[in-house]
Amino acid sequence: MSARVERVLFTEEMKKDYTILIPTMLPMHFKIIQAVFRQYGYNAVLLENMGDEVKQCGLRYVHNDTCYPALLVIGQFIDALQKGGYDPNKVALMITQTGGGCRASNYLSLLRKALAKAGYGHIPVISLNFSGLEKHPGFRLSVPLVYKMLTGVIFGDLLMLLHNQVRSYEYEKGASAALCEKWTAKVADLMGKGNFPYSKIKKTYVEIIKDFDAIPRAPRDKVRVGIVGEIFVKFSPLGNNNLEEFLVSENAEVVLPGLLDFILYCIYNYIIDYRLYGIGKAYSVACKVLDKFLLKRQKDLIRIIEENSSFTPMTPFDHTRTLTKGYIGLGAKMGEGWLLTAEMLELIDQGVKNIVCTQPFGCLPNHIMGKGMMKPIKENHPGVNIVAIDYDPGATKINQENRIKLMLANADREAE
Amino acid sequence: MNLILPASCQLSSDYITLGVDIGSTTAKVVAIKDGKVVFDTYERHFSQVRQKTLEIIRRLEPLIDRPIKLAISGSAGLGLARVCEIPFVQEVFATGETVRKLEPDTSVVIELGGEDAKVIFFKGGADERMNGTCAGGTGAFIDQMATLMNLTDDEMDALSLQHKRIYPIASRCGVFAKSDIQPLLNQGASKADIAASIYTAVVNQTIAGLAQGRKIEGKVMFLGGPLSFNKGLQNAFVEALKLSEENAVFPEYARLAVAIGAALYASGQSNVYTYEELLRKLENATNIKVTRAHLPPLFKTEAELAVFRKRHSKASSRKIDPATYSGDAYLGIDCGSTTTKLVLISEDCGILYEYYHSNRGNPVEIVREQLHEIYQICGDRIRIAGSAVTGYGEELIRHAFHVDHGLVETIAHFTAAKYYDPKVDFILDIGGQDIKCFKIKNGAIDSIMLNEACSSGCGSFVETFARSMNYEIHTFSNLGLMAKAPVDLGSRCTVFMNSSVKEAQKDGATVEDISAGLSISVVKNAIYKVIRAASVEDLGQNIVVQGGTFLNDAVLRSFELEIGHSVTRPAIAGLMGAYGAALYAKQQATGKSNLIPWDALNRFSHTTKAVTCHACTNHCRLTINTFGDGGKYISGNKCEKGAGLKVDESRALPNLHAYKREKLSAMQGSMEEKGERITIGLPLALGMYELAPFWKTIFETLGFHVITSGFGNRRLYAKGQYSIPSDTACYPAKLMHGHMETLIEKGVDAIFYPCLSYNMDEKVSDNHYNCPVVAYYSELLSHNMDSMKTVKFLYPYLNINSDKELAAGLCRLFAEEMGIRFSKKQMMTAVVAGRATYLDWMADIRREGERAVRFARENGYKIMILAGRPYHIDPEVGHGIDKLATNLGFAVVSEDSIDTLIKPADVDVLNQWTYHARLYGCAEYACAHADVNLVQLVSFGCGLDAVTTDEVRAILEEKGKLYTQIKIDEITNLGAVTIRLRSLLGALEQTEPKQTITTSEEVI
Repeated sequence: MSARVERVLFTEEMKKDYTILIPTMLPMHFKIIQAVFRQYGYNAVLLENMGDEVKQCGLRYVHNDTCYPALLVIGQFIDALQKGGYDPNKVALMITQTGGGCRASNYLSLLRKALAKAGYGHIPVISLNFSGLEKHPGFRLSVPLVYKMLTGVIFGDLLMLLHNQVRSYEYEKGASAALCEKWTAKVADLMGKGNFPYSKIKKTYVEIIKDFDAIPRAPRDKVRVGIVGEIFVKFSPLGNNNLEEFLVSENAEVVLPGLLDFILYCIYNYIIDYRLYGIGKAYSVACKVLDKFLLKRQKDLIRIIEENSSFTPMTPFDHTRTLTKGYIGLGAKMGEGWLLTAEMLELIDQGVKNIVCTQPFGCLPNHIMGKGMMKPIKENHPGVNIVAIDYDPGATKINQENRIKLMLANADREAE
Repeated sequence: MNLILPASCQLSSDYITLGVDIGSTTAKVVAIKDGKVVFDTYERHFSQVRQKTLEIIRRLEPLIDRPIKLAISGSAGLGLARVCEIPFVQEVFATGETVRKLEPDTSVVIELGGEDAKVIFFKGGADERMNGTCAGGTGAFIDQMATLMNLTDDEMDALSLQHKRIYPIASRCGVFAKSDIQPLLNQGASKADIAASIYTAVVNQTIAGLAQGRKIEGKVMFLGGPLSFNKGLQNAFVEALKLSEENAVFPEYARLAVAIGAALYASGQSNVYTYEELLRKLENATNIKVTRAHLPPLFKTEAELAVFRKRHSKASSRKIDPATYSGDAYLGIDCGSTTTKLVLISEDCGILYEYYHSNRGNPVEIVREQLHEIYQICGDRIRIAGSAVTGYGEELIRHAFHVDHGLVETIAHFTAAKYYDPKVDFILDIGGQDIKCFKIKNGAIDSIMLNEACSSGCGSFVETFARSMNYEIHTFSNLGLMAKAPVDLGSRCTVFMNSSVKEAQKDGATVEDISAGLSISVVKNAIYKVIRAASVEDLGQNIVVQGGTFLNDAVLRSFELEIGHSVTRPAIAGLMGAYGAALYAKQQATGKSNLIPWDALNRFSHTTKAVTCHACTNHCRLTINTFGDGGKYISGNKCEKGAGLKVDESRALPNLHAYKREKLSAMQGSMEEKGERITIGLPLALGMYELAPFWKTIFETLGFHVITSGFGNRRLYAKGQYSIPSDTACYPAKLMHGHMETLIEKGVDAIFYPCLSYNMDEKVSDNHYNCPVVAYYSELLSHNMDSMKTVKFLYPYLNINSDKELAAGLCRLFAEEMGIRFSKKQMMTAVVAGRATYLDWMADIRREGERAVRFARENGYKIMILAGRPYHIDPEVGHGIDKLATNLGFAVVSEDSIDTLIKPADVDVLNQWTYHARLYGCAEYACAHADVNLVQLVSFGCGLDAVTTDEVRAILEEKGKLYTQIKIDEITNLGAVTIRLRSLLGALEQTEPKQTITTSEEVI
């Protein structure tokens, strides 16, 4: 740290009455996680400011060659600080830090620089990381907290999956969205209340599944379109110009691999690092335990979906990662790394023949794991359409939609 | 057009079938009756999408005798289709329909539109590809280039057929291409050659960008407007694809293929309209006011505009009628990239004569005409006592007319700005091609920012746009002044802006709104992209704006609104460079000028010849200018050798880039020496630039023969260009494809480029990663280059920091991939030897760095850290910028030669890449030494450098050092680099008290 930019720590003292702002990536998942944080005494607030102002604000304060997600996340923070009515002396920000070899690991640094530039240099920024990068005395990732967050992620993935499989077919528009809202609130409430044993979690899964299954809907016969890509633009409507909604309006069913896959990917990288390079033995051991635990949880959920409905469950991640064989090494771990290739293959594996590969303009890992893998994937799977869409503050929706429309037109022809 | 559709189209005679294709610039409509095309049109819509469509449909009235089926296609047609609830079909899909029905044996279609380029493969796995967001090489691009050369499309086409040679021109985006073409024009290259080169560039862009490794062969059909008009472009495609006559199809309906496809699509739909119904739908669409987000107007009332104009009239210039003046005068010439400006001033700095004109691709002729004019005006009363020239064409004009002084643009502009506002602390100049801004501190230029590729949006952009919408620039920009709802066009590159305009058109924006939006986006681009200001205070208190673009009141107003206070715009805003040069000529005057006298001017002649220099491996394309008096001027060269000068090697300044190249060159190896050994080839690109000695020693110790692919060059790039899947990756990565092809051609048995997530740990940073591209590019190569299947490609994941892990990894590799078993001990010996070589190598570079620094200090030279990545020293990547720097008098050291001379820098970013950590170390070193300056080389498209550049700048500026960044790509405009380096030199000289240029006191 130099004298140019101050690193303000989040202290124990601050924990008492500071509001912690968290950016939006996946509205449902993050709302549940917000509830978890609150239960552990952090006054977390999920930002909901969206739209053009956020983008403009990002453009002002972030180097414009930086990747688009950084620009949006930082823009969202500063826009909120400027207009959200938060007491600037009682607010902290939280951002994830992966520590990988992709520039995304520098979001935190860029955020601090931007804050200093905008006159908010005194506001503490908490690094949410699992690799020991930065520590703050007022914020501790305890095992129960992490456990609850992960549970929240799985709930989020379930809601997202059901929502996507229902929304394109429901007779009453908005029925599944209403259920999502209802269950997000309900799960957040359950998570925030302390004791939430696994048996009850599983019972809740069943209730959710049955609730969605009860929505009257047409048979599932639409073109299925998968979305993969850089994690932020893949998930965030702010980042991808409401891609999911566009696809639904174009008469497609959206298939979106879950956030848990990304977490399992991050965990597995530590195991691979030890296997390939002999480094980080302790991490590797811990990650193996975690990996096993989460895979089990994922399989339980898959089984419950299968037993209680005709919905298509997620693919078990230990299967997904074997699909990369013959395409890319599991050592390719920067950004979304091999996961991006694996997810395209996983979608094809479950019969999704149309894929939108989203990335910020100039995304380095995706040159290789996204665009660089399309040729072999298409060669080995004739009839599969993959379209790469770049997102950027200057990119226009019309060009993006036009390319997706081309893919859909082809899909329709093939369906005939 | 006479076209009868085949029966397979199954068009019902019960209907008249219409296909409407509305692209970014043109509207195309066909009407089909009884299987025959009875009406077709192709016309520009000048953004009036809805009106135009309605107008065309109205013209159809006499033909209508039955119900109508209709579909709309095209990127600008989507909005119309939605509003009218008429079936829409995606345009590439529509093209496919047409081709499948009309020419079923076609294997590939290449279609160029206004802003789109598409390749459709029909045979062997159908595939349809469109250009991405960052792609030029389209109709709009060709238009833009024609405008730049002051030609119509037809003239350019006709000229191209007479070409003699082809220059390399980047066609990825208009900005890049312009920076290639402008120097060519300024250097006097023939327009015929340039025109043909532009078409070739478009062809390369299409093939490389869209085919991406897939072969274009069989029967190829060419569609779209540009390909149906331009013979030269047609030839270039046929030549590049080596097509026989029967396999190159240029159908009569090339421009209408999408419209026909839309009609075919319509015939399959159930929607049927009566003519009246259709007209009503379109009329309603024309009347609908679309609400769209827009920016506030520039002026709310005419009164506001009047006040604004009055305020700016104050900064007028004093003009003197030359007929009333006698005495000495001083001439300033600014030979810019698109315009040439001349100013003649009196002893008291009044303006006797001024001239501003597009240089129409031939600045020498313009200056000659003008000198003639000036001599006539001067008669016997006025004597030219001094002259100076600045701008892109400085050297050429200086040599042609014996102008007394040449000065770098930044100094010229500063000199002029100071005349208008002695307290000036910030100058923003937006010209035709460049945005330049400099901060002034303590009477000297403190920092300079110039626009780079991908942040264009300068004056010529607005001008080209105005023309494409059929307006003169002046009328067009004035339309924007009173616009009610300016369009928000974003602020990135022209390609993006074009599509933003398209989007606005779709929503029914008026020309006024678009005009105002363009002015605003030019300003935003300057403030947020080039200057990168977060607040108004960042800029300064006394701002002078200049450059031709600021003569546009809408731009000036947008700027004032954006920064929130008023600025000075001299009435001669477009002439400031020339005015500054004239002031400079006056300061430097010795009483006698060498400027070409009138009699000699009358005999003046100028011829140019293009040659390729073979003095070194750069193979610069030279233009030799010969003048009537026997004088010669060679341009296009990167070093003295090309200029025809004898080079005294002993007097050459230290250049670490050259030193490292020599070392690498010495270890290249050749196939002749291989003997019985298995040969492993190392591609000399990306990370291999540093690790080649490491791997070479390891493999040689194991008994292999090792060669490298040698340095990059254009030919090598071209060899691998066709398999690049991502056109926005950095140039050093793209070169990898060519290195691989080279090694395969040489006949190596195996190629080695490992995947290294982690680079060498130099213990100065938080982590020691490689960037994702350096780390994993092999994964991409192995799947995208078909030729890699013919060779053993080794790209293991390895830990190079631990001898033990590395040895284990390599043992595994050779056993599994090549069936060769090495013992652990054997491998360990090799690895230890490799590491020793590597450490020696790095130590030697550092010793040489120290020696260079010592030499420079002892002999009074300035030191430049030309800092980037190890692979930036490649002649094809670095474009000889190191040589430019030594020519300017800098001793050049590399980032890896001195970064260890100082303790690691404190940084505010996550410092976890080995190469990047060196940059921070170098910045710290530059801060600690007055005679050291850092110039950072940045590859276009490097996402990580968005992090490093800001940090390096912050470190330097905290200590009051100048930061200079040079973006490099496939093609780099060395003219712009020279200006940057000379400006740096100029700024350094200004701050050194003993060498202060006698400026301004007397002028002001």
